[in-house]
Amino acid sequence: MTATRARRGRGEQVVVPPAEVRSYYGLPIVKETVWGVPDVPGYLFLGGLAGASSALAASADLAGYPVLARTAKTTAVTAIGLSLVALVKDLGRPKRFLNMLRVFKPTSPMSVGTWIVSAYTPAAGVAAASALTGLQPAIGRAATIAAAITGPGVAAYTAALLSDTAVPAWHEAHRELPYLFVSSAATAAGGLALALVPPREAAPARNLALTGAGAELIAKGLLLRRLGPLAEPYQHGRSGRLMEVAEILTAGGLTAAALGGRNRLVAAAAGTALVASSAFTRFGIFFAGRESARDPRYTVAPQRERLRRDSQPDSQDQSLS
Amino acid sequence: MSVSTHHGAPFASGPADAAGGLDPAASSGYADHPPRMGFFTDTSVCIGCKACEVACKEWNAVPEDGIELTGMSYDNTGSLGASTWRHVAFIEQITLPGESRWLMSSDVCKHCTESGCLDVCPTGALMRTEFGTVVVQDDVCNGCGYCVSACPFGVIDRRETDGGAHKCTLCYDRIGDGLTPACAKACPTESIQFGPLDELRERAALRLEDLHEAGVADARLYLNDPNDGVGGAGAFFLLLDEPEAYGLPPDPIVTTRDLPRMWRHVATAAAALAAAAFLSGLGRHS
Repeated sequence: MTATRARRGRGEQVVVPPAEVRSYYGLPIVKETVWGVPDVPGYLFLGGLAGASSALAASADLAGYPVLARTAKTTAVTAIGLSLVALVKDLGRPKRFLNMLRVFKPTSPMSVGTWIVSAYTPAAGVAAASALTGLQPAIGRAATIAAAITGPGVAAYTAALLSDTAVPAWHEAHRELPYLFVSSAATAAGGLALALVPPREAAPARNLALTGAGAELIAKGLLLRRLGPLAEPYQHGRSGRLMEVAEILTAGGLTAAALGGRNRLVAAAAGTALVASSAFTRFGIFFAGRESARDPRYTVAPQRERLRRDSQPDSQDQSLS
Repeated sequence: MSVSTHHGAPFASGPADAAGGLDPAASSGYADHPPRMGFFTDTSVCIGCKACEVACKEWNAVPEDGIELTGMSYDNTGSLGASTWRHVAFIEQITLPGESRWLMSSDVCKHCTESGCLDVCPTGALMRTEFGTVVVQDDVCNGCGYCVSACPFGVIDRRETDGGAHKCTLCYDRIGDGLTPACAKACPTESIQFGPLDELRERAALRLEDLHEAGVADARLYLNDPNDGVGGAGAFFLLLDEPEAYGLPPDPIVTTRDLPRMWRHVATAAAALAAAAFLSGLGRHS
């Protein structure tokens, strides 16, 4: 690990673990995720896009932007549909996907997420169908509101899905990841709508994209600072490069949307960059976690550091007797 | 659909066992249950014969998972996995110039008191047995793979051939009939000891005392303490070096201990997204 220092919350100083940690022939301690690529990182992106688009659609309906609302609703149902295909395909036994609905377990983000998505998907579907056909506007309105309430849950729960694991770079990011994920979702939803709708209806999309992209840059900065040495997988290797490209796209898209977002061409380019940045971010985070599971240093060093801190004079080492 | 009670100990609350630790069977809903059973693996007497690996494979009909040489030691198994439920580690150490020692250790699923794999399983396929052990119900598992990433020890894995998650059952079929698990039965040096967990903990404490008196200062118990990050394990160890030398995490903490905080952040983040979306529509209509 690098010989840098990092600050943790509540003012405690984290001394970076030694570069040399012991291991069993350098073999990993925790298992690498069996979740597939592009299915699962793709789902993180599409689920976020869908959820935030539904929230944007409701807002657009309320504020009187019919083209924007219709576009966002169509985006939402398309994205969540593709997500479900990716999720079922990624199961080891796809025919048993309904086994998810046997139980409700608050200790399992996947269980909670399944129920959230199960509530969200029909609402998003009905909202889009009504908007596209013009039929049953009252039911369509109710569905739009239902999708707007559950949508942010779809966008946010996936952070707990990753963090509630023994994967070092995911677990230790559990405070910032939900904010990073919803920001990234807002960036994607706002960006796509900005690219698709005419300028006269694009204001809410631009607002959401700008808020999302700004918040995303802040959340990413906080996450890397908090992680200290565990930030390494987010900054180096393939995951590091993905995160870097994401950041360039976010910053570029943000600037272009802020300065020239009222021009149709600039808006399309900015929006596309923001959508891509969101996808790059999700793949970067996914690969960073995978990298951190592969190298036993990332498992051992933070635990050793915790033991060292805990064994300071006033507390005893509890794990080994 | 049912709200899970048998499938986990959400956020570690419930009845305590004799040693003051959580009683996992009782907190999973077993009103009347046999004593918690477990393994005490005393690695100081392990001779690396791998009889445990073989006996486990044979009894549980665990398929072959690669016959290759690792080239790193006499360990050609590598690690625990979907088709390796006991794994003997070999560590050759130079202690003094010209002197060396072999550490050998048979690793297994820890059957944690606070079990990450069981907590995160979205189907209820992973369950707590009346013996306080953790098993996968193969006919329920849909192969989502969440347990694989939740285990702090890298024990459970998904099997490519059938798509399901697999791991040690502590020979659920044998212990239900009063038999000893296959690995412990086959162990020629009683390095693997099976029995009621409270008895094993007492025995391990005495063994540790003996070794310390005999001058083996490095001897230590691992995962025997109900106050550790997994609430103490059903399968614990006597090690002669730091856990990481054996490929074990030095201070594992079950990931779900932080889940209440994760949910709070998720809820706040979701609310923030809803608010940001709502506010984005305000302002002058162009």
